[in-house]
Amino acid sequence: ESGDPQRTALLLRKAWTLYSVTPLYRFCRGRLRDYARLLSAFIAAERQKGLAVEVGVELDIKVALSILPELQGSEQDQPAVLVQLSSRSRASSKNSEDKILWSGCFCCVYGDDLSENMPEDFTCLPLFLANGAESYMSVVGNWFQKTFDCIFRRLAISPFNLSWMVAMWVGCKVDKAASAMELVFSVPRLPQPLDISYAIHPEDARALWDTIQKTPGEITQEEVDVFMDCLYSHFHRHFKIRLSATKLVKISTAIASAHCDGIVKMLHSQYLSGVLMLLTELAISQIQ
Amino acid sequence: HIATSLPLPSERDHLRPRIDLIVFVIDIKSKCSLKNVEDSLAYVDANFFLGKVYFLVTGVGRVNCCSIEINAISKLRETYCSPVLFCELELEGVRVATAQRLLRILQICAGLVPGFSALSFSLLMRNSADD
Repeated sequence: ESGDPQRTALLLRKAWTLYSVTPLYRFCRGRLRDYARLLSAFIAAERQKGLAVEVGVELDIKVALSILPELQGSEQDQPAVLVQLSSRSRASSKNSEDKILWSGCFCCVYGDDLSENMPEDFTCLPLFLANGAESYMSVVGNWFQKTFDCIFRRLAISPFNLSWMVAMWVGCKVDKAASAMELVFSVPRLPQPLDISYAIHPEDARALWDTIQKTPGEITQEEVDVFMDCLYSHFHRHFKIRLSATKLVKISTAIASAHCDGIVKMLHSQYLSGVLMLLTELAISQIQ
Repeated sequence: HIATSLPLPSERDHLRPRIDLIVFVIDIKSKCSLKNVEDSLAYVDANFFLGKVYFLVTGVGRVNCCSIEINAISKLRETYCSPVLFCELELEGVRVATAQRLLRILQICAGLVPGFSALSFSLLMRNSADD
C-alpha cells in the first residue's frame, strides 16, 4: 500500500529518542479527537502548576493525534499513532502557521511476537519515537501512562545491537552518493573521556560486506562478527589500538544513524520500514 | 596469581606452585576480552578441563553495554565443558560474594573439601545451570 510519502517523510532526518511502551489498555483508534482534547486539558493543567513551561514564552498549545497507516508491517500490526504538539504564539497573527513544538509516534512494525497472544482490550504499539523538548515528553508520557495503564521506558541500544545495525545497513543500495560510514567508540576507564571516530568510505564498507555475506537477504551472527573483526584489525594495523576493547557508542550509515543512548535518525525513505522493524524488535525485547 | 593472557612466562615455571583452578574472566562489554580468553584457552592442558576451569563473566549488570552475545558464552561452556559464573565486579557486594564463591571452589579443586572432587562439583554446577 502506498501511503502519502509526505506524512512518513516527517520521520526522516530528525533525531528521535526511543522508548519502549507496554501495551495500551482500552485505547480506541476512533477516539483520537477525544484523546487530543483530554491531553490538551492535561497539558494546560500541568502548565498552571508550573510544569512543561518554556521560560518567557506565552503559547497556546494545540494537540493533534492522527494515524499513520503507512507505518505498518504485517496485517496484525496496529497502525502508527502520531502525537503532535504545536503552538501559535499569541502575539502572531491568525494566519501564521502553527509551529510544531514536539512530536511523538507510537508504532509497531512486524511486532507479531508481542501482539500474538494479546487479549482484546490491549493495543500493541511497543515502539515510541519522541522529538522535541524533554519537558513535553514528560507531560505527554505521564498522560498516556495514566490513561492507558502503560509504561514508557527509555530504550538503549547495546554495542552488540549497534554492530548488527551496521552490518544490516551497510549492504543497502542507495542511489545518490552515500555519506561515509562512521563508527564512534568511547574508550573506558580514562581520566579524560576519549572518543574515537572511525570513518570508512561507503563503497569500501559495502565491498567488504559483500565478500562476507553468503546469502543475500540473510545475515548471521558470524557474518556480523567477521565484518566487525575486519574493521577492528584494519584499525589495529594502522593505529595499534584495539577497538574491540572499547565501547561502540554510535554508528552512522547512509540509511540511518543510531546512538547507544537510544537516539536514531532515519535518513532514507526506502528503508524506513526496515529500520522501524529492527527498532520494534528491540523495544519488544525490552518489554518482555 | 593474575595474568592478562596465557601462556604464563616460562622463566618462573620452577617457582610456581601447583595450579588448582583457572578462572577466565570475560568482560561482557569488551569483545577483546572474549578473544583474549579464546586465544589463551589453547594453552591450557586438557586435564584442567576436568573441573578446574571456570569462566567468570562480569558486567552483566549493564545489559545495555554488552558487546558480546550470550550464545558465544554458551558455546564456550559447551565446547570446554566448564561452568560459567555471572557477576558484576563493579558492585562491591557482588565482588565480595563472587570472591567467596571462587575461594570455596578453589578449596574443592585443591582437594581440601572431603567428599567433593573438582570434577563432581563442576558437573553439579553445570547441571543446575542447564535447568
